[in-house]
Amino acid sequence: MGVIFYLLAALTLAGGLAAVLLKNTVHCALALTVAFAGLALLFLRLDAQFAGFAQILVYVGAVAILVVFAILLTRGSETPTEGVFSRSWFVGLVIAAAVFAALGAAIVESAPALPGETAAPSVTVLGIGDALVTRYVLPLEIVALLFTAAIIGAVIVAMREKERAK
Amino acid sequence: MTGFATPLAGYLLVAALLFAIGLAGALTRRNAILVLIGIELMLNAANLNLIAFWRYGPNPQALTGFMFAIFSIAVAAAEAAVGLGLVISIYRHTHTTDLDQMNRMKG
Repeated sequence: MGVIFYLLAALTLAGGLAAVLLKNTVHCALALTVAFAGLALLFLRLDAQFAGFAQILVYVGAVAILVVFAILLTRGSETPTEGVFSRSWFVGLVIAAAVFAALGAAIVESAPALPGETAAPSVTVLGIGDALVTRYVLPLEIVALLFTAAIIGAVIVAMREKERAK
Repeated sequence: MTGFATPLAGYLLVAALLFAIGLAGALTRRNAILVLIGIELMLNAANLNLIAFWRYGPNPQALTGFMFAIFSIAVAAAEAAVGLGLVISIYRHTHTTDLDQMNRMKG
């Protein structure tokens, strides 16, 4: 647990907080990108290089851009006059705080029993690819099918409907 | 700087905090896109948990938690695409992304 971990954790949490709290929706999307990048760096700290770069490619590269596109297509960048938080915001905050209290209590309670520092596992891209086409081939195929269905579904859902017959 | 007993506890606490932030965002924001952003933060917190447990678990060479995180990233990407497509479709219909105004099921 070095200084780097605390810096990365602070960066990630600040990005997440800003993404949730800022008023302008475009600023929220940019803060979300910061949180995703901080998470990618945390993955790299955890010796999961492949997951870290996949995180950068998928989240910083694709999902963040998709969110910005959706904001611009829905004119969501205009801050509403009646406030950005919903009517039941207090209940939501209480639920989130309760969930964090439960998770935090469980972690603090079990902290002494958790495994300590271990040697870094040597994971090569060759090993990951080998595992993907042998042991994890069925999940891989299912994800491929899911992507096909998601692409077709997203296009059909977002496609402009033909003008209804008058 | 040794705030936690083990490094794993530190990562778990960060993930729990990020999950709570995402949940608060998903439950309190008005804009449907911001709710999706909150859901993405929660999914990412779960991924951080998976990677941390894989790294400090008993048998990291088996790649189990690592693969779970990779597949989770893939599924979350598909979810984001479909979710934002739905938001755009609803916006075309109702001309709003305000969830407080989406209070009827009839189109």
